[in-house]
Amino acid sequence: MKALVVERSVPRFAAARVASAFGSGRGAGIGPLRLTDRDAPPLPGPGWHRVRPVLSGICGSDLATLDGRSSRYFEDLVSFPFVPGHEVLGVLDEPAAGAGGETLAAGTRVVIEPVLGCAARGIEPPCAACAAGQVGGCRHTAFGHLRPGLQTGYCADTGGGWSEAGLVAHHSQIHPVPGELSDADAVTVEPVACAVHAAMAAAVREGDVVAVLGAGTVGLATTAALAHLGATGRLARPGALLVGARYPVQRQLAEELGATSALPADQLGRAVRRATGSLVVGRAGRLTGGADVVFDCAGNAASLEQSLSLVRPRGQVVLVGMPGRVHVDLAPLWHREVTLTGAYAYGTEQAGRRRAVRSFELAMEVAAALGTGRLVSATYPLDRFEEAIAHAGAAGRRGGVKVAFDLRDAKGRAR
Amino acid sequence: MSPRPGFVLEVDRSTPPTMFWNGEGFVLERLPEGSRVIYAPEPLEPLADPVGAIRHALVHPLGDSEPLPALLRPGMRLTICFDDVSLPLPPMRAPDVRQLVIEQVLDMAAQAGVDDVVLVAALALHRRMTEAELRHALGDRIYEAFAPHGLLTQHDAEDPENLVFLGHTDKGEEVELNKRAATSDLLVYVNINLVAMDGGHKSVATGLASYRSLRHHHNPRTMQHSRSFMDAPSSELHSSNWRMGRLIAEAGVKVFQIETTLNTDTFPSQFAFLQKREWEWNLRDRATFAATAGALERTPARVARQIFHAIRSPHAMASVQAGEVEAVHEVTTANVWRQQGVEVQGQSDIVTMGLPYICPYNVNSIMNPILVACLGLGYFFNMYRGKPLVREGGVAVLRHPTPWAFHPGHHPSYIDFFEQVLTETTDPVDMHKRFEESFATDPWYVHLYRTGHAYHGVHPFYMWYWCAHALQHLGRVIVVGGDPRAVRRLGFSPASTLDDALEMATDVVGRSPTLTHLHAPPLLMADVR
Repeated sequence: MKALVVERSVPRFAAARVASAFGSGRGAGIGPLRLTDRDAPPLPGPGWHRVRPVLSGICGSDLATLDGRSSRYFEDLVSFPFVPGHEVLGVLDEPAAGAGGETLAAGTRVVIEPVLGCAARGIEPPCAACAAGQVGGCRHTAFGHLRPGLQTGYCADTGGGWSEAGLVAHHSQIHPVPGELSDADAVTVEPVACAVHAAMAAAVREGDVVAVLGAGTVGLATTAALAHLGATGRLARPGALLVGARYPVQRQLAEELGATSALPADQLGRAVRRATGSLVVGRAGRLTGGADVVFDCAGNAASLEQSLSLVRPRGQVVLVGMPGRVHVDLAPLWHREVTLTGAYAYGTEQAGRRRAVRSFELAMEVAAALGTGRLVSATYPLDRFEEAIAHAGAAGRRGGVKVAFDLRDAKGRAR
Repeated sequence: MSPRPGFVLEVDRSTPPTMFWNGEGFVLERLPEGSRVIYAPEPLEPLADPVGAIRHALVHPLGDSEPLPALLRPGMRLTICFDDVSLPLPPMRAPDVRQLVIEQVLDMAAQAGVDDVVLVAALALHRRMTEAELRHALGDRIYEAFAPHGLLTQHDAEDPENLVFLGHTDKGEEVELNKRAATSDLLVYVNINLVAMDGGHKSVATGLASYRSLRHHHNPRTMQHSRSFMDAPSSELHSSNWRMGRLIAEAGVKVFQIETTLNTDTFPSQFAFLQKREWEWNLRDRATFAATAGALERTPARVARQIFHAIRSPHAMASVQAGEVEAVHEVTTANVWRQQGVEVQGQSDIVTMGLPYICPYNVNSIMNPILVACLGLGYFFNMYRGKPLVREGGVAVLRHPTPWAFHPGHHPSYIDFFEQVLTETTDPVDMHKRFEESFATDPWYVHLYRTGHAYHGVHPFYMWYWCAHALQHLGRVIVVGGDPRAVRRLGFSPASTLDDALEMATDVVGRSPTLTHLHAPPLLMADVR
């Protein structure tokens, strides 16, 4: 059955990097990704189940990999060849246990929590992070009975969502999808879970001015998480939630998802200044105050630099978008005693009255409440992967946000 | 020969194309047959001896006032306040009227032995004037005598140390004024009355007030109830200023008002065609127009702006009167109408206006989109007495390039207003409730207003409120030749050509609309019967 596979090929990665200079996703045809016939991987052990993908999103981190722009930091945390796709809505081929211990019938719609922590790797006892439910911080991502791989979709042993044959998932990764979520809502649950984790990790206080820089999937999901969790009392409610977005469709979506104001990124500084009553120093327009918390959802040098210019002294910048090697002047971070925090993946969150809840559980609630399926702008079959990747790379410019592979047959699509 | 009065032309087949101002440029447009074009009266004869007329006015005051020399005595505190850079338009050739008047006031003060004299530019919430602008308005001699000693000041509406609260009017309006002016033994106000709205109690009650005071009349309710600002009996803006002015007098502030009017000799000889009616253009006018318009089309906007803002208008003093505020202003207003009034019979479905490069708030600056709206809908729309030139539910067609451009030093809060307020609402009442206070009290805008050359943070709101009556009255506003994005942000409709605009207007006013073109500047006031 058809699957897209990434192979370790230095010339292909180099070619993709050159092509991506003309636009993200432009090198899909000459890069490391190939369409092949491939069976589902064998089950690695007890507690593993087969999941047949229905929709599988194309993430910014996928694009970075396919463009050859991914940080070399990840080289030892993936294993080749792998089938990408970690934003997955699938169905169970057979009855299985879910992450909550419940028994799920064959045919149940599920989303995959792709981080491969100690439980999935068969490591006992689990590391301290996994024991605390913070699988994103697992210390064994390169160990256990699986080959290295941060997540499903980067591991040679698990498969990924960009495959008709399917993937294998440990029961700790399997979350049933509530009936009220559409397929489109469900395929956004993974990025929304990342956003929930980022929102919960930040030190947002009641009435704070919060800025979100970047309004691709991650930025919009972060906006949705902050708005919904703030409105429902699981998080402090920001006084102003300002979103910098490059494209009009992104601004419209940001406001639909709960932004106080969404505006072009080059206007965000003025909006933050207005909201915080800051003064301005020098011709560079540096604020004397700034936002209490800035979520950098773009993850590049320019966005990090802008985040540092937007945050108040002793404020917090949360890196949600996946960064690579960047060259940034950290003088303002030092001088203004800014806290720079990474926010990767998901885990267990302390919501409300100190109740521990999985990020995925909250993400499904956000997805249902705000209909994050609206972020899915286009779907493609696997054999049009070059178009799909190019579309994903230019999604904002083309008036879209999330592009996904649709692995349903015609009957399934009609449903 | 006395100058010809204003004129209403009915366009027929033999009428040449009509000149429309178009920012830093002009275009010729052919108006539909049957359209009306309103032309300003020709300039009145200037005063033959302006200095003599000023001295005469100072010693023969109007109303319940003693002559100025009788009000001056040794040991007194004298404060001379004057209109700021927003007047006149365009800036006039030196010597400026303010210089001529203030020199005579100072001469009389010196003769009376007054040595505590301070000059105050009555900025209200406008930007501070530059040294060059002050020198131009006052002349080098006055500037050099006062500025180096700190005796030439600019009103600071955000300086609590230099404001004094005088009380509430019977309508509850707070009156807070410049302390030096209000606590002086005599406040001499030197005005240039370019349009009928200027002057009177507005000079002191607005020009020397704080935001706390100004917000009582610079708001959507007042503006919607001023029909028009130029017609005092029908203007709530006027009424509020008059209530404040009377309270100021009751509080013991002695004001000696000096008002001047200018004739409509607005443009220098190289732009003589701008002063003429098109069918009277001679060969030279036509050639100058063609050469100028063609050259401006090829000139970068920044350079064209510099060229136009360098224009010094030849307009000359047409009258001067002094004394008690209300008595003076009554005569002044009559003189303004004598120069600018044009009788017009009835309203039309459409009014068209070519908007020039300058309005009161962009002298030596950029006419940003908010100021375009204000000039068209705030000023030109309101240049009427009786009823607007366009019927209720009619269409206003403005011509201006309306660039998405702002002067960051002069109009910083305008940028934020354009980006953050107009994207949310164009309703003056809604923005007043939701946004005004935060802009008015924003410490950064306050800082820039006080220490730089920035308009106050609240000023773009006032510009929008200025449009409130027109916005309420009109069925549609179309801007020809503007940046479509900027025009849409204003809530108006962009059109590429006048023909397109008139076609678009038919959706609102039907297939055979009547049309009136306001041919200004030179400025005119339509007395619509």
